[in-house]
Amino acid sequence: MKIGVFVCECGENIGRTVDCKKVAEIASHYPGVAYSVDYKYMCSDPGQNLIKKAIEDYKLDAVVVGSCSPHMHEKTFRKVCSSMGINPYLVEIANLREHCSWIHDNIAEATDKAADLIRLLVEKVKYNEPLFPIHVPVTKQALVIGGGISGIQAALDIANAGFKVVMVEKEPSIGGHMSQLSETFPTLDCSQCILTPRMVEVYQHPNIKLLTYSEIENVEGFIGNFKVTIRKKARSIKEDLCNGCGMCIQKCPNKKTAKSDFDEGLTTRTAIYVPFPQAVPNIPVIDRTVCTYYKNGKCKICVKVCGRDAIDFEQEDTILTEEIGAIIVATGYKLYTIDKKPADSPIQGYGEYGYGQYKDVISGLQFERIASASGPTAGEMKRPSDGKEPKKIVFIQCVGSRDESKGFSYCSKICCMYTAKHAMLYKHKVHDGEAYVFYMDIRAGGKNYDEFVRRAIEEDGVNYIRGRVSRIYEENGKYIVKGEDTLAGLPVQIDADMVVLATAMVAQPESPKLAQILSIPYDKYGFLAELHPKLHPIETSTGGIFLAGSANSPKDIPECVAMASAAAAKTLVLFGSDMLEREPIVAKVDESTCIGCLYCKKVCPYNAIEIKEIRNRNGELIKTVAYVNTGLCQGCGTCNATCPSKSVQLLGFRDDQIFAQLCAFADTI
Amino acid sequence: MEENKFEPRIVAFVCNWCTYTGADLAGTSRLKQLPNARLIRVPCTGRIDPIFLIKAFESGADGVLVSGCHPGDCHYNSGNFHARRRWMFFKELLEFVGIDEKRVHFSWVSASEGKKWVDIVDGVIETVRAEGPFNEYEQINKKNMIPIE
Repeated sequence: MKIGVFVCECGENIGRTVDCKKVAEIASHYPGVAYSVDYKYMCSDPGQNLIKKAIEDYKLDAVVVGSCSPHMHEKTFRKVCSSMGINPYLVEIANLREHCSWIHDNIAEATDKAADLIRLLVEKVKYNEPLFPIHVPVTKQALVIGGGISGIQAALDIANAGFKVVMVEKEPSIGGHMSQLSETFPTLDCSQCILTPRMVEVYQHPNIKLLTYSEIENVEGFIGNFKVTIRKKARSIKEDLCNGCGMCIQKCPNKKTAKSDFDEGLTTRTAIYVPFPQAVPNIPVIDRTVCTYYKNGKCKICVKVCGRDAIDFEQEDTILTEEIGAIIVATGYKLYTIDKKPADSPIQGYGEYGYGQYKDVISGLQFERIASASGPTAGEMKRPSDGKEPKKIVFIQCVGSRDESKGFSYCSKICCMYTAKHAMLYKHKVHDGEAYVFYMDIRAGGKNYDEFVRRAIEEDGVNYIRGRVSRIYEENGKYIVKGEDTLAGLPVQIDADMVVLATAMVAQPESPKLAQILSIPYDKYGFLAELHPKLHPIETSTGGIFLAGSANSPKDIPECVAMASAAAAKTLVLFGSDMLEREPIVAKVDESTCIGCLYCKKVCPYNAIEIKEIRNRNGELIKTVAYVNTGLCQGCGTCNATCPSKSVQLLGFRDDQIFAQLCAFADTI
Repeated sequence: MEENKFEPRIVAFVCNWCTYTGADLAGTSRLKQLPNARLIRVPCTGRIDPIFLIKAFESGADGVLVSGCHPGDCHYNSGNFHARRRWMFFKELLEFVGIDEKRVHFSWVSASEGKKWVDIVDGVIETVRAEGPFNEYEQINKKNMIPIE
């Protein structure tokens, strides 16, 4: 093998402390080195031409460049060599700048080190083999998990670009939490008015296949080539026959047995129901846990009133499989509930606020329903216990957020804004009412956000008290809210008619399970983790799976929409080409020595190791071996280090390549 | 370098994503350090087979430094956990074969910890300098060597 060594002086950056001439001279004596030279700027055009010419003149097979960090110019030099017919993976970069000249003062020492660094890589490059990018085909259909505003935005963006989308929503209707909101900050737009047209658009879009009341069962495969199994839960309604007339719902005798999830438990619903009037699709679901027919086999009133024979009590869950190229996870959030804590939860909760015990101590989403024109009170400010108009209302922020001992240490981000909105909405409806907000800090970062909070305080006269509430108790029909005003340094007591708790946004309880199905990481709170907090906030560590919205962390609507569009853009980048090109730094199994112990399978973070059966010509099983799915393998090499028979090798970093460097180290004495 | 002064020779196995980049940062920040370490870049600490450490000592290293991403920050999700687990077991074996544990240093250096990297490199070099040259292996080899005619 003929190796060329090119030592860059990087102006004076390397040349000042490393005697590059001497290094090139030393390198020229290394076995296998056919040509060695130094130059002022190897990455410049003349420098690149110098390399090209040397490759031609000396018929070089491999190149070692001593220059800046490979993170800087590895690509540049690989490209240069590749243009001259040398495989890019036969090019190695010795880091003479960041790891040598910039960190040492003594010229003799730095020159020695530089020569050593080149020596190590000269030995390595002898063992390098040509590698070629891996091409995998791309299935141009996206899966969007979750039908909230994030999912809707992502699905519409992709569908409008002309690609197919499958949307999976676990509830009977899409819309998510945004459909429950009354009005949105900071403009006080009606939430449903801006959301429902988009929901309908999703339903009617020719490129979107909407699967509601469905859940992800399994995901196999890799970027561009996922195979997704979806469980479509039995609605007990034939979707193709139902025309959404609603007769069954009207006539269902089972009126009060179930709480409405959509109204956050403030109202009841029938056993056969649609979550809310604008539901998409407008097809009811039978709640089998409360329906009389499923209890004792009688009733069937819905069957009698249905003019289209759409009721099907015998319907079973169906399992669908879809070929998917990219997945967008937009599963959203849940509100922290402080009354029903699982026994094993480490979170203490806020029992002293009496949520669940006092009917008029409600959560933020419950207040949204009360304030909403489509809610249980048709938008009139009436408290849940007796329907009276509350004249004094207290809002408590950070219930569960920013409190490690009782809840979560993170900030839920939207509560400052929605509490200001709630207080405003209240003041707009009850002009003579008094509104108090207990806060820790006001965090109103965002376009027109701080102005909005100021408006609540200055124009609508909401009383902001900086401090925490210690307890709430009932006395003579009033809720006594005891707290502290930390700015005045005085205890505060308010006899309120109603209390609204700005409870924390928490991860969906199923999100760790979903993360395991998708093999993507999640944080200690259960929020799905992005690849990099700054530079890759949309991607996950698994290629082809992107995040959108509050499934990642608490977010407000504009952020969710922006993130969803970003996820759609990432998906479209993927769909822009028919074949996907991947770095060939992947593991490879030597099937002749593999004994099929599959330790590699156990340690692989990407489930990239599969089991392959080797059969003879009669079809009899000879042995099972490990097989690397190059679409999934990311090239960490953990399998290589684990393999007892050293049958699986990471290309580009094989054992013999590392040993070659270590043997070279022995020669540098 | 003075003629008779012992200069330890260190092999450092570093992961491409955190420690190599951290060492780059140390360079970009012009943080001076001792010149005794030779870096070998691997994609992940999970790639490091314990045999590499033995081979390094066989090749004349007086000390070995292994460094990767912090636990939980691994570019490959869990490679560094495997490295850590392997090291927990290998440590005892190392002592058994007669290599002082002080000659091997295992650490986490993120891409932003240039200063920490310098402290670790200098610390390891000084520790190994205090330990003295590692020549046990050479001596064993000499004893068992069958001269080739």
